[in-house]
Amino acid sequence: MSEFFTSAVIVATVASGIRLAVPFLLASLGEMVGQRSGVLNLGVEGVMLLGAFAGYFTVLQTGNVWLGLAVGVALGTVMGVLTAVMSVTFLADQGISGIGVYLFGLGLSDLLYQRWVGTPTTIRSFSPIHVPGLSDLPYVGEALFSHNPVVYAALLLVPGALYALNHTTWGANVRATGEHPEAVDSLGVSVAAVRYSAVIIGGAMAGAAGAYLAIDLGIFQQNFTNGQGFIAVALVYFGAWRPIGVLLGSLLYGMVAATVIQLNTLGIIPSSASDLAAMTPALITVLALVFVARRFSEPTALTRPFQRGA
Amino acid sequence: MRSGRGVARQLATGLPTIVAAVGGVVVGSLMLRAFGIDPASAYRSMFDGAFGDTDALIDTTLKTVPLLLIGTGICIAFRSGAINIGGEGQMILGGLSGVAVALLLPSTPRPLLVVLVLLGGALGGGAWGAIAGALKARYSVNEILSTIMLNIVALQVMNYLLRGPWLDAAQANGLSRVPQTERLSPNADLPVLFGGGRVDAGVIIAVAMAIVAYLLLWRTNLGFRLRAVGSSPRAARTAGIRVERGIVVGMFLSGALAGLAGAIAVFGSASHRMLTDGSAAGFTGAAGYNGIVAALFGALNPLWTIVSSTLFGALLVGANKLQRTLQVSSSLVVALNGLLVVFVVSSERLRRWTRRRLDDRPGAGSTVPASSPHGAAARGAVGAERTQPARPVPSVGAP
Repeated sequence: MSEFFTSAVIVATVASGIRLAVPFLLASLGEMVGQRSGVLNLGVEGVMLLGAFAGYFTVLQTGNVWLGLAVGVALGTVMGVLTAVMSVTFLADQGISGIGVYLFGLGLSDLLYQRWVGTPTTIRSFSPIHVPGLSDLPYVGEALFSHNPVVYAALLLVPGALYALNHTTWGANVRATGEHPEAVDSLGVSVAAVRYSAVIIGGAMAGAAGAYLAIDLGIFQQNFTNGQGFIAVALVYFGAWRPIGVLLGSLLYGMVAATVIQLNTLGIIPSSASDLAAMTPALITVLALVFVARRFSEPTALTRPFQRGA
Repeated sequence: MRSGRGVARQLATGLPTIVAAVGGVVVGSLMLRAFGIDPASAYRSMFDGAFGDTDALIDTTLKTVPLLLIGTGICIAFRSGAINIGGEGQMILGGLSGVAVALLLPSTPRPLLVVLVLLGGALGGGAWGAIAGALKARYSVNEILSTIMLNIVALQVMNYLLRGPWLDAAQANGLSRVPQTERLSPNADLPVLFGGGRVDAGVIIAVAMAIVAYLLLWRTNLGFRLRAVGSSPRAARTAGIRVERGIVVGMFLSGALAGLAGAIAVFGSASHRMLTDGSAAGFTGAAGYNGIVAALFGALNPLWTIVSSTLFGALLVGANKLQRTLQVSSSLVVALNGLLVVFVVSSERLRRWTRRRLDDRPGAGSTVPASSPHGAAARGAVGAERTQPARPVPSVGAP
C-alpha cells in the first residue's frame, strides 16, 4: 500500500481522475438540464456510444480531433431531437424508450464499427495545453494544469449551466416546466418548446461525452462506454439536480476509477479481485441513490409527459 | 361471439406491436440497403437460419427459453408498477445460486438436485430483484437506475467467481483460461426431451411459467392486487392494498423467473457448466434486455409473450445466420430491437387515440378504466403517486 502514497503516484492519480471525470461531467450536465425540464432521458448510454463511434471514425479518417468532437456533438444533437420527438411529442414512456435508445446505440455503433473499421486501430488523441507558469508548478502543475482543452471547457460548463438555469428566462422556464408544466402552459409558454430545447442540449452533450471518451483514449470497441452513460444519469440524482452537485459527483467517480486503475497497476489489488473492484462505482451509485432519495426531491414533473387538458 | 367492435378494439391493443413490426422491417431494410445488401435475400437467409431445418428449429427453441422466462417476469413487474431493467443481473444471480447449490450438494440424488438447483436459481434471482423492489418501496429509489447498477454488480461478481474461486481446474492450468466452472454434478442435469439431446426440459418450464403467470395476474387475488398497485398506487392504497409490499413481490417474482432462466442456462446447457466470455452479455446473451422487448411486443401479456419470445428467439438465431452468410454483424438485430422498443412506446399515443375513438362511438360498451401499465410503471418513485390520477385508458392486453 505504501507504494500508492508517493507524491508521483498521487499526482498522476489526481490528474487521471480529472480526465476520467470529464465524460461523466459532460453527459450528466446535459442530462441534468433535461431532467430539470421534466424529461428523464435514459438513452444517454446509447447516445454516448454513437457519439464515441462517430468521433472515433472521424478522427480515423481525417486525423482531426476537433472535427471528431464536432461530429460526435452533431450526432448527439440528432439523437436529442429524436428523443424529444419520442418523449415530448409522442408521450412515450421515458423509462422504457430510453432502454430502446440504449439498445439502438449499442447495436448500431458496433454494426458500423465491424463494417467500416473491423480491426482495432488507435487514433490521434487530444494534446494537452501548456499553461506558461502554472503547468510548471510542482505537483499542482501536473495534476491540474496539464490537461487538454476539453477538460477546461467541460469545467467551465459548470458555471455556465448555473448561470443559464438560474439567471436567464430560458432557465426559469426549464425549471418551471419541470415542476409545474400546467403553470408554464397557462402563461403562454410552450412546454414542448422548452422541453425540446433541454432534451436536445442533453443529447448534444451526451454525444460530446462519448466522442471525447473515444478520442481521449484513442480507441473504440463494442460496448465501449460500458455503463458510463447510465452512471451519468444516476449522477444527476447524486448531484441533487444541481450543477455543483453533478461536478462533485463526476469528480468523485473519476477519482474512484483512477484509484482503482492505479491500485491495479501497482499490483496492490490482486488481479483476481480487480473484477470486484470494478463494481465499486455501481455500488456507490446504489448507496447514493438511497441517500439522495431521502434528502432531496426530484423535479415534480419528472417522467410526466405533458398534454394540455389531460 | 366477439362483435366487430370487439375485434377493432383488440386490433387497437395490438396497434403498437403492428406499428413497431412494420417500422422495424422498413428501417432494417434501409440499413441493409445502405450496406449494399438486398433486404429480401437477407430476410430469406434469416428465416432459413431460424426455421429452415430441424437444427434451426432447435436453436430457435433454445434461444426462446430465456426470453420467455424473462419476458414473463417483465410482464409481472411492469404490471405491478416496477420497471425491471435488471433481468441481466437477476439471470446471472440465478445461474450463480444454482451453481452454488450444485457445488455444495453434488451427491444429492438426481431428481431432487435438479429441483434444488432450479429453486436456488429462482431464489437468487428473486432476491436480486427484491433488493431493487425494496429500495423503491422503502426509499423511493428509482428502480430503473438501481436495477441497471445491480446488473453491473452481478456481472462483476460473476466474472470474479468464474475467473477466480470457481474457475475450472482444467482451465486454470491451461493457457486460454476461459472463465467457466467445472462440469457440474450430473445429478443436476436437466432432463433431455428431444433434438438429439439438445432440447432440455427448460422449454416446458418456460411455457408453464408463462401460463402460471397469466393465471396469477388475472385469476388470483394476488394478481389483482399487483395490477392494482401498478395501475394506480393511490387507488390501491385507498382500497387497503399494501402498495410497498406489492412492489417488492412483483420485483421478486420477476427476478425469480429471470433467475430460473439463469439456472436453466447452466444446467440445461450442453456443457453443464456456467461459462462466460468476459463480455457484458457473455453468459446471458443479453436476454435481460431482449426479454423486455419480447414482453412489450406481447403487450405485457404472458400468453402473447410466448408468441413474441419465439419471434425474437428466431430473430436472434436468424441474425447469426446473417452474420455467417452475408457478413452483417448480428449487432444489427440489437439495434433493430432498440428501434422496436422505441416504436412500441411511441405508438402508445396512437393506440390511446384509436381506443378513445372506438369507445366514444354511440353504443360502445364501457371498459374498466385503468391507467396504461407503461404510464403507471413510469412513475420512478412511489411518492409520485400523489400527483398521478389514473388516466382513463383501458389496460393493454387484459382479457
